[in-house]
Amino acid sequence: MPIITYRDALNQALREEMHKDDRVFLMGEEVGVYNGAYKVSKGLLEEFGEMRVVDTPITELGFAGVGVGAAMVGLRPVVEFMTWNFALLAIDQVVNAAAKMLYMSGGQFPMPMVFRGPNGAALQLSAQHSQAWESWLAHIPGLKVVTPGTPYDAKGLLKSAIRDDNPVIVLEGEMLYNTKGEVPEEEYLIPLGKAELKREGSDCSIITSGKMVLVAMQAADTLAKEGIKIDVVDLRTIRPMDVEAITTSVKKTNRAVVLEEGWEICGIGAQVVDYIQRDCFDHLDAPVIRVHQADVPMPYAKMLERAAKPDLAKTIAAVKKVMYLEA
Amino acid sequence: MASKKKSDPSGDATLHRELLHSMILQRRFEEKVAEAYALGKIGGFCHLYIGQEAVGTGVMSELRHDDYVITTYRDHGQALARGMSARSVMAELFGRIDGCSRGKGGSMHLFDRSVGFLGGHGIVGGHVPIATGVAFAIKYRGGDQCIVCFMGEAAVNNGAFHESLNMAGLWKLPVVYVIENNRYGMGTAMNRASSIAEMYKRGETYSIHSEEVDGQDVFAVREAMSAAVARARKNYEPTLLEIKTYRFMGHSMSDAVSGTYRSKAELEEYMKRDPINLLKAKMTADGTMRENLVAEIEQEIAATVQDSWDYADASPEPPIEALYEDVLVETTSDTTQEG
Ligand SMILES: Cc1ncc(C[n+]2csc(CCOP(=O)(O)OP(=O)(O)O)c2C)c(N)n1
Ligand SMILES: [Mg+2]
Repeated sequence: MPIITYRDALNQALREEMHKDDRVFLMGEEVGVYNGAYKVSKGLLEEFGEMRVVDTPITELGFAGVGVGAAMVGLRPVVEFMTWNFALLAIDQVVNAAAKMLYMSGGQFPMPMVFRGPNGAALQLSAQHSQAWESWLAHIPGLKVVTPGTPYDAKGLLKSAIRDDNPVIVLEGEMLYNTKGEVPEEEYLIPLGKAELKREGSDCSIITSGKMVLVAMQAADTLAKEGIKIDVVDLRTIRPMDVEAITTSVKKTNRAVVLEEGWEICGIGAQVVDYIQRDCFDHLDAPVIRVHQADVPMPYAKMLERAAKPDLAKTIAAVKKVMYLEA
Repeated sequence: MASKKKSDPSGDATLHRELLHSMILQRRFEEKVAEAYALGKIGGFCHLYIGQEAVGTGVMSELRHDDYVITTYRDHGQALARGMSARSVMAELFGRIDGCSRGKGGSMHLFDRSVGFLGGHGIVGGHVPIATGVAFAIKYRGGDQCIVCFMGEAAVNNGAFHESLNMAGLWKLPVVYVIENNRYGMGTAMNRASSIAEMYKRGETYSIHSEEVDGQDVFAVREAMSAAVARARKNYEPTLLEIKTYRFMGHSMSDAVSGTYRSKAELEEYMKRDPINLLKAKMTADGTMRENLVAEIEQEIAATVQDSWDYADASPEPPIEALYEDVLVETTSDTTQEG
């Protein structure tokens, strides 16, 4: 099976879906001539032309709304945000328009569109460019939110997102674009709303998604050397969340660590813990522990940034704590 | 309403009757809405259009069935002028299942796919980029439709408006932005909110054909619209119309008609140019008014409006299962093939 980058997997998804359906178009800053700020759209302008690969002014609110309007009358826009930090300027269109149009029109106007782009912290980009927006977006009924953690998932989820008739948020990992993985040549889709058990183990569950999947897998590898077997549940979709996958795992291991990239307060982990306490109360051998970003804006200095981010060491420590082992 | 020089005020009695009917229908319907609101049959925010009817009627009378319309929360009159039934609008205001948005939208969110009415929207300026996107889609498909985007004059101070006009001017999109300048955004007079007095000049800076129009004269509205629509259809060119009008009621049902931010004297001055009276006078001058015509129209409309009330009153509330319906659809592009 070919091994390709996360970036190329996304590029393949876009290319294939644009070939399949001429209602699909890509718009955003630098997606055309520049080939994408992160080169996700490389070659697409050449292949599909200016009408379908649209370079926009720096006008997030405006072009997000253009996407909404186009979707309202039957096109299938893919709106790229250079990063999700900039999408805050467009959030009215995502939350007040795309997410609500179907409901407030009594079912007359579905919104077949995708909002996508890199999410979360990269390296030393400091406060305004290093934020994980999962919980903000997943809070909103009317949206679906996916967070692919591998090239395989990136391609399959983006293709499904483009075909879905609802507004789908795709949160890509800025640090994941260069990561590699197996992606088959033949076409495949990954259903939205389905988690994947990325690693099987009986001692403790790590429930996570997106960029943190890599961290969870590393933690599972490291802990395996000490004889600790980890169940890694990759949620893949944050909304709708695959609650059954979470509770099945926790009922098996009786212990859980919830790992997320964003902040603690009202974070995704809080929701996961709620599902666990509702369904697995009698199965737990220890309180669930959450691993997340420190409750501060992201600092610039290397050492402070490292301290702020959830990482391998913090995840391993959390697992040992729920297992009542010495760290 | 298809005749050649259709904005021309002279002579076409059928057209004139239709215009008058459309405007009086809006007026009487909304008077009934105010009554229903007072009785608690309608709730929430409710913004009347009374005084501005010539804008809705004039604009819609230049559109084709396959064109699109998008607007603000002040949407009842425009919905009727676009051809939505009084029944479906009243039932929506009553929060009933037979409402145009199945009781989910209310006064501010009237939608009707069958006539390309893409909604009343509640975020000031928020629908302006959406209109721009509809225009983008029209051009993407190579069609010759247009979209009309109504907004109040207060929206022109907001970023969504400017971002939209820039893209429409840059990409040449078939959209007609209609600013209904009724001089106030809630209680804020436009000169207290805008750095310039001539709103239409905002369009010129984005290389968009822009003009000022008398919004109390339905023929003036039609003339400007006719040219704007032609520009959109032929050359994918956007237009900005600043249509000067005045609302005769408060901002919404909770706002006094006058006394706080505008005087009674000012209101009375503007009411001298009631668009319905102006049209009647013009028809009399043109010889298209005949005896009993107004009485006939009034009678017809009184029946329509009462029927809409009765219909809305008899329509059931949405069933409780509707609560969770229409949050998401189940379909994908593999299961549906709709353009
Ligand atoms: C973004 C936003 N800010 C504030 C409001 C509250 N609001 C509703 S209508 C309105 C005044 C708008 O005036 P204008 O655009 O002139 O339209 P008009 O009501 O006169 O038709 C305000 C401030 C809102 N709905 N949306
Ligand atoms: Mg106003």
